Amino acid sequence: MSRFLVLTLNGLTQGAIYAAMALALVLIWRATKVINFAQGAMAMFTTYLALFAIDHGAPYWLGFVVALLSGLVLGVIVERVIVRPVESAPPLNVVILTLGLLLFFEALAPMLFGGQIRSFPAPFSIVGLRLGNSQVAFSPFDAFTLGSVVAVMILLLVLFQKTNLGLRMRASAFNPEVSRLLGIRVGRMLTLGWALASLVGALAGVLIAPSFLLYPTFMDQVLVYGFTGAVLGGLDSAMGAVIGGLLIGFALGYVGGYLGSDLETVGALVILIVVLMVRPRGLFSLQRLREV
Amino acid sequence: MVTANLRLGRLIRPTLSRHLLLALGAAVVLVAISAQIGAYDDYNLTAVAIFAVAAAGLTLLTGLNGQLSLGHGALMAVGAYTASLLLRDHQLPVVVVLLIAVLTTGIIGIVFGYAAARLRGPYLAGATLTLAVALPQLATRYKSIFGGDAGLTVPPSAPPVWLGADFPPERWLAWIALAAAVVTMVLLANLLHSSVGRSFIAVRDNEAAAALAGIDVARTQVLAFVISAACAGLAGALFGYWSGVTAPAGFGLGLSLQLITAIVIGGLGSLAGAIWGSIVLVFVPALTSGMASSLNVPSSVANNLPLAIYGAILVIAMLVAPHGIQGALKRLLALARARWGHSSASEKKGVMDWDDPAPNP
Repeated sequence: MSRFLVLTLNGLTQGAIYAAMALALVLIWRATKVINFAQGAMAMFTTYLALFAIDHGAPYWLGFVVALLSGLVLGVIVERVIVRPVESAPPLNVVILTLGLLLFFEALAPMLFGGQIRSFPAPFSIVGLRLGNSQVAFSPFDAFTLGSVVAVMILLLVLFQKTNLGLRMRASAFNPEVSRLLGIRVGRMLTLGWALASLVGALAGVLIAPSFLLYPTFMDQVLVYGFTGAVLGGLDSAMGAVIGGLLIGFALGYVGGYLGSDLETVGALVILIVVLMVRPRGLFSLQRLREV
Repeated sequence: MVTANLRLGRLIRPTLSRHLLLALGAAVVLVAISAQIGAYDDYNLTAVAIFAVAAAGLTLLTGLNGQLSLGHGALMAVGAYTASLLLRDHQLPVVVVLLIAVLTTGIIGIVFGYAAARLRGPYLAGATLTLAVALPQLATRYKSIFGGDAGLTVPPSAPPVWLGADFPPERWLAWIALAAAVVTMVLLANLLHSSVGRSFIAVRDNEAAAALAGIDVARTQVLAFVISAACAGLAGALFGYWSGVTAPAGFGLGLSLQLITAIVIGGLGSLAGAIWGSIVLVFVPALTSGMASSLNVPSSVANNLPLAIYGAILVIAMLVAPHGIQGALKRLLALARARWGHSSASEKKGVMDWDDPAPNP
């Protein structure tokens, strides 16, 4: 199989995970106009919780559920206890707050779970599928990764587009004042948004852990890639975030494959700078985002 | 009595001479202190001075110009690697090494500052975050130049002969770092009291109004970024001397976040606050490691406790006291003044607003 095809398939799987991270960032950005820089660290923490369960005899799937549920709960706690009080503070304060959370979780995890690099189990084989005589660079676990990200996205799409709850969440993000007047519990919608975002982040964490290995800062890169994808797609567009994340996956796959994996983050930096210089609103943004 | 006060006031009023006097006093006190303490405390004093230089630069950028940078750890890496590479092949005096490091980082600062000047809030934070994660990886990528994960060793700077043969090298390094810190503080303090400093604040508070008043907003932001980067470069080069090794692991995102912790503790935008914050950064790990060894805490807890504390400090500070130690002290001082009836009309009120002009450093 040609190297290009191998890299493309790898890029697709990685891109799906970056897309999940980008989506998590965008969900929170749309609801509260906050970039949650602690998103990666929170996902790292929930992945450690999953590994903790698995270490204590739980089957993989229970660990998987632990990660997603703890992500949901963590999102609720962080929004209610920490972010809510600074809702009206200057953006700089909120950014610093999420950075504090990042630092805190990345220090707390090694304190609780030990700082050494751990491997994380995968529920399916990570060896490429066989097609006739040749091996394809696409494993059953890759299929699972792709499938679960797509499933979550479809669920979110249905939630936001087809349900009353989704409509209320969109309304609160669009115009909190008017929504409140119309009887929507805007605060609850914000909490729900954070919970969902944190769940999607947690999913990205468990999905990428088998290939990245687990250590306290392992999600920093994923956060950066997700952020780059989200900016590429335009921060306020969920669809843009997904496409942006996938594009970043492909781009970094080629950068890593042809230039060396150490240059992936540098590649992300270059892409980010170029996007911000050339088209700061991203590819799919609906409105003007940058304020003068 | 009153006229004497006035005369004294006039003498002290010119900003430059006041800052120079303060600096001279600080230098004398610091040299006296460093002569009294042992090698370990000299080592810590050096660390405070290094963090103070970097934090002062960052507080200028973030507190006074409103640009948040998560990339200052990476910029310190630029300074440290510059120093290490210079010292690998040549024997150069410390001053030359420090100046070249400042220059190199300043140039990188120009490049990144131009990009940063167009970015706001979360975009700038995200871009500098990417810089912080990406830059250390270059060191692993280009092993032959930067020494990979093991990094480069930095030979210590030997004390000059006239200080005597048995002058402790730790104290010499402490003097160098303290001198660098004092010079940086004087320069920055003067800058902040000049029209340049006022234009920084004007741009932070209202870009449109600043532009209408004839300030070149983009240029001001690039300038702030470059000055701030140069400070980070100076601190980075000193950091190289201090640790003896320049390796990518030392300049991760954690370092950038520690610098932010320092300026938040000190109250954003205050040079004195940057010093307070740096003292906290050095003495929290010293305290926790002492406590951990006496309580027999496992090393994974002891090593990460300081970072957990910084994280908690950042969160709590933003929730409760966004003005930091310096803000709290100012408030106390103002309260005391009001109580003893010495408050004058020109004095600001005790409670400072986030949007207040910079507190005097």
